[in-house]
Amino acid sequence: MTRVATRPHAGNLVRFAANRPELLVLSADLTASCEADDFRATYPDRFISCSMAEQNMVSMAAGLAREGFVPYLHTFAVFLTRRVFDQVAMSVAYPNLKVRFVGFLPGITTPGGVTHQAIDDVALMRVIPNMSIFECADATEVEGVLQQVHEINGPVYIRMLRGDVPLLFPKEDGFGHKGGRLLASTGTTGVVSTGVCTQEAIRARSCLARRGAEIRHLHVNRIKPWPAQLVDEFLHGLSNVVSLENHSVIGGLGSAVAEQMASQGSGARLHRLGLQDTYAHGASKSYLMREYALDARALVDTLEPLLGRPFHITDEELETVEISTDRRLRAEDL
Amino acid sequence: MTHDASLSNHGPQWVAAAEAVAAGIRRRVLEYTLRNNGGYLSQACSSAELLSCLYCKAMKLGPPAAPPVPAPFPGVPGPNNPAAFTGAGYNGPRSPDLDRFFFSPVHYALVLYAALIETGRMAPEGLDQFNVDGSTVELIGAEHSPGHEVTAGSLAQCVSQAAGVALARKLRGERGKTWVFMSDGEFQEGQTWEAMNVAAYHKLGNLRVVVDANAQQCDGAMSDVGTIEPLGQRLESFGVAVREVPGHDLQALENALAANSGERPLVVVGRTDPCRGISLLESRRPKLHYVRFKSKDEMLSYQNLLDQWRSQP
Repeated sequence: MTRVATRPHAGNLVRFAANRPELLVLSADLTASCEADDFRATYPDRFISCSMAEQNMVSMAAGLAREGFVPYLHTFAVFLTRRVFDQVAMSVAYPNLKVRFVGFLPGITTPGGVTHQAIDDVALMRVIPNMSIFECADATEVEGVLQQVHEINGPVYIRMLRGDVPLLFPKEDGFGHKGGRLLASTGTTGVVSTGVCTQEAIRARSCLARRGAEIRHLHVNRIKPWPAQLVDEFLHGLSNVVSLENHSVIGGLGSAVAEQMASQGSGARLHRLGLQDTYAHGASKSYLMREYALDARALVDTLEPLLGRPFHITDEELETVEISTDRRLRAEDL
Repeated sequence: MTHDASLSNHGPQWVAAAEAVAAGIRRRVLEYTLRNNGGYLSQACSSAELLSCLYCKAMKLGPPAAPPVPAPFPGVPGPNNPAAFTGAGYNGPRSPDLDRFFFSPVHYALVLYAALIETGRMAPEGLDQFNVDGSTVELIGAEHSPGHEVTAGSLAQCVSQAAGVALARKLRGERGKTWVFMSDGEFQEGQTWEAMNVAAYHKLGNLRVVVDANAQQCDGAMSDVGTIEPLGQRLESFGVAVREVPGHDLQALENALAANSGERPLVVVGRTDPCRGISLLESRRPKLHYVRFKSKDEMLSYQNLLDQWRSQP
C-alpha cells in the first residue's frame, strides 16, 4: 500500500511564492497540466503566459532573470530540454542565470507517447555547464525541492511529478541537501535509484528483506552537482550495483554511477536498468514500466542471480507490500 | 561627441555629427579589414547610419561606465567566477529612466566597436585588442565584449532576451526603453516570430527593434536563400508597429525611431545597401558576407580608398 498526495505542487507553489515577489511563473499553454493554475489564480500579475512558443519563453526568461526576477518555467520536460536545447545553453546556462526549469512527465510516466516522454532530458541537461539537476520521487520531495533550489546561483532543472504522487519520505525531513538518501545500509549488493523508480526499488527491497536478503539502497535526488561523497559511501564494500532509472541508460543516473565507479577503480559490477537505448510508446505507466524493465519485478529478476537464489516473490506481493513512511526509513535517512 | 558639426552645411547639428560618426565607422572597419585581410566590411557599410543614429540621437544613454580600453577575458560566467562581466557598461549605467541597448548580429562586432569609439564610449586603443587571443574585443562578440550585454551569436535569441528585459522593466514601471539591433537574416528564424508575437501580446511598447535590412546573408542575396519579404507587412500582421525607412537617411531614421507606437513594440526596418560608401564592393556581389581580398591588386584598391579618406580634412 502507498499513501498518496494529490497535486502537491499546485498548493505548494502558491505557498512558496507568497513572500517571494521576485518569483514569476512562465507557462507555455500547459498551465493546469503542470499544476500552475492555482498560482495563476492567486498571483495573476506574476503569471506570464508565453503561449506555445518555448524557444522565446526560455530566452525571455533569461532577460527577466538578468533583471532580478526568478522565473519558474512550467511545461512538459520534453519541451524544456530537447525542443529548446540551444536556448537553454546559450541564453540561460552560459551566463549562469537563475532560471528554474520545472519539467513534468519525466520518462515513461505519461501515456502521451514518444513525443511527451522525456527519456533523454537528464542526459541533455547534465552536459550543460552551470546547470543543476534535481529529481523528485515523492510528495515530500515535490514540496521540498523549491526551497532547496531557490537560492542556487545558476540555472536549475527539476524533474517534477504531478497528480497523485506517492508519499514515501517523512514530510518533516524535506528534500534534504545531500543529494540523496541512504534508505538501507547493509548488504554487499546495492541498488541506486531515482525518481519514480525509487518506489519500485523500495517494493523489491521490502519483499527481499522478508526473506532475509539485505540490499543496500541509495536514493539520489540531485543528479548535478553529483553527490560523489554520498555515492562513495554507498559503493564502499559492494560487489554488485544495480542502477534503476526512468530514463535512458545513456547519460543519466546509470552513466553517472558508472563514471564514478570507473574513476575510483571500483571492482564492483554495474547493472544498469532503464530504457536500453530505445524509444517507448503510448501506454499506461505500469504497463510501460513492466515492458521496459523499470519496475520492482525487473529489479527482483536482476537481483536474484546476484544474490544466488530465487525468492519466489509474486507480482501481487510486490504491488501490495507496505512502503509508506516508517520509522526505520527515517532512522537511516541522511 | 568630438565631431565638428560644421562639417555639414545642412540639417540639424546632430545630423552632421552622426554623419561623421557613420564615416568613422566605415573608415575604422575598412582599416581593420585591410590589417587582417578579412572582415565584415559590408555590414559596416549597411549599418553605419543605423548605429550612428541610435547612439547620437535616438537612445537615451548615460556616460560610459566601463574602462576606455577593455579588460581582458575574465573567464566564463559561473557560480564560482565573480570576476565575470558584461560589456553593457559601454552603453552607460543601468537606470530606470535610461535606455538599454541589445546587439543581436554579433558578427557585426567590429562595427559596434567602431561606433563606440566614434561616440567617445571606448578608446581607439581598445581596438588594438581586436581579435587578439585572450581579449574581450572578439571577432564575433559575446556578452563580455564592449557594447554587448548578452551572448547573441546563436541568432534570434537576443530579441527574446531583450523582450524579457523589457517585460521586467514594464513590471517595475520603468520609463526607459529597451532597444535591439537586428539583421534581416534573423527573420528567417522561427524564434524571431515567436518573440514578435509574444512582445505584441504583452504590449511591450517599451521595446524598440532596429533592423539592418541589407538583403544579404552568408550564402549571398537573401532572395536566393529564402525570402522574408514583404517584411513590413509580415511584421504588421504580428501586431507590432512598423516603420520602413531608407536606412542611410539619418533624418528619416530619427523620425521613425522616435515614433509613438503606444503599447505596441516598434520595429524600424532600415532598407540599406551593403556597398554604401564603398562602391568597390559592388564587384563582389552576391557574396558580401565576409570580405577576404582575392589579390594584391584588389587589396591595393581598398588601401587607396582608405588613404583617400584619411587625406580628407
